[in-house]
Amino acid sequence: METTALEHRFNQKIEREEKIEPKDWMPEDYRKNNIRQISQHAHSEIVGMLPEANWITRAPSLRRKVALLAKVQDEAGHGLYLYSAAETLGTDREEMIDDLHSGKAKYSSIFNYPTTTWADIGAIGWLVDGAAITNQVALCRTSYGPYARAMVKICKEESFHQRQGYEIMCAMAFGTPEQKAMAQDALNRWWWPSLMMFGPTDGDSVHSQKSMDWKIKRYSNDELRQEFVDKTVAQAEYLGLTIPDPDLTYNDETGHYSFGEIDWKEFYQVISGNGPCNKERIEARRKAHEDGAWVREAANAFAQKRANQQVA
Amino acid sequence: MSNQNWPLFEVFIRSKNGLSHKHVGSLHAADAAMAIENARDVYCRRNEGVSIWVVPSTQIVASDPEDAEALYEPAKDKIYRHPTFYTVPDEVGHM
Ligand SMILES: [Fe+2]
Ligand SMILES: [Fe+2]
Repeated sequence: METTALEHRFNQKIEREEKIEPKDWMPEDYRKNNIRQISQHAHSEIVGMLPEANWITRAPSLRRKVALLAKVQDEAGHGLYLYSAAETLGTDREEMIDDLHSGKAKYSSIFNYPTTTWADIGAIGWLVDGAAITNQVALCRTSYGPYARAMVKICKEESFHQRQGYEIMCAMAFGTPEQKAMAQDALNRWWWPSLMMFGPTDGDSVHSQKSMDWKIKRYSNDELRQEFVDKTVAQAEYLGLTIPDPDLTYNDETGHYSFGEIDWKEFYQVISGNGPCNKERIEARRKAHEDGAWVREAANAFAQKRANQQVA
Repeated sequence: MSNQNWPLFEVFIRSKNGLSHKHVGSLHAADAAMAIENARDVYCRRNEGVSIWVVPSTQIVASDPEDAEALYEPAKDKIYRHPTFYTVPDEVGHM
């Protein structure tokens, strides 16, 4: 079939809300766009384990420790579902991991901020996972089948991530004055980076229009950001904490909160590698990969031995 | 030692006895036994299954989407293969 006919049929499928599956014909740009977005998403899950793993050994109780451990394990799983979805598009796992370690591939800027106190673990679950959920629920309807299925599975698992974070925030916000101050401090530091997780404003977003046309993305960055702010403000109020934005006001007419200007300079600094922890994160990933080399070698040797035994 | 591409396995999970195995995704492993162990960790963290199948991805033979018309069109106009094609008198009741 000619390319124009194939493209026509592809566009019709998108139009009809039919999913695109791995072996279906797709425009090269659609493939590339999906590989970029899915692998970036996978990298974010993987790097996202690091800031929280920092606190596993110092969790204040066994209840908190098992929760955090399970959450971090989930994030590893999310990364693996997504790498596997990206691979259905013909990309290679090693290549994706090499791109992450070489700095060629991007991941969510949020994970380049440090987790300096235990309250940060509460704030991350509540805000960072909260923002991720807003984004991921929308992506359950993305047009590429394997990506959509991975999102459905991930969303089912994410809910506990946010709830355990909010539970930590409650414990601290209703605790001693010192604990409440820690909770407020964590909110102060994580609020703006969480809003940045939705990416540049619609006017400045390089990949957005095409992704919207192809229904890879279903809502714009600004729409999702607004949705997140709208549902989070009341949760902060319940905690008796103040969102660090003097311009935050409820607009009776629109039914939405309007909020202050995001510091885009900071966003682009962090994205381009100059955030507080970029180097540390990539270094930790690389080290983990290198330190794991002997395990992979041993697994190969063991697999070989097993294969030989079966032949014998 | 980073460039040792472990083969890809497709993972199928039976969620409970009485139901079929269902495809859930894929993973890399040194061999099939390790693929099962990894599938437990990656795809069964919340009682998702009671049985796991792993199949080397290279062993899956799939139909070509290009052939969809030839394969599935002929069934579309054979409505007489469905029970609703036939009228049974109301007096007879459910059949
Ligand atoms: Fe996740
Ligand atoms: Fe999460």
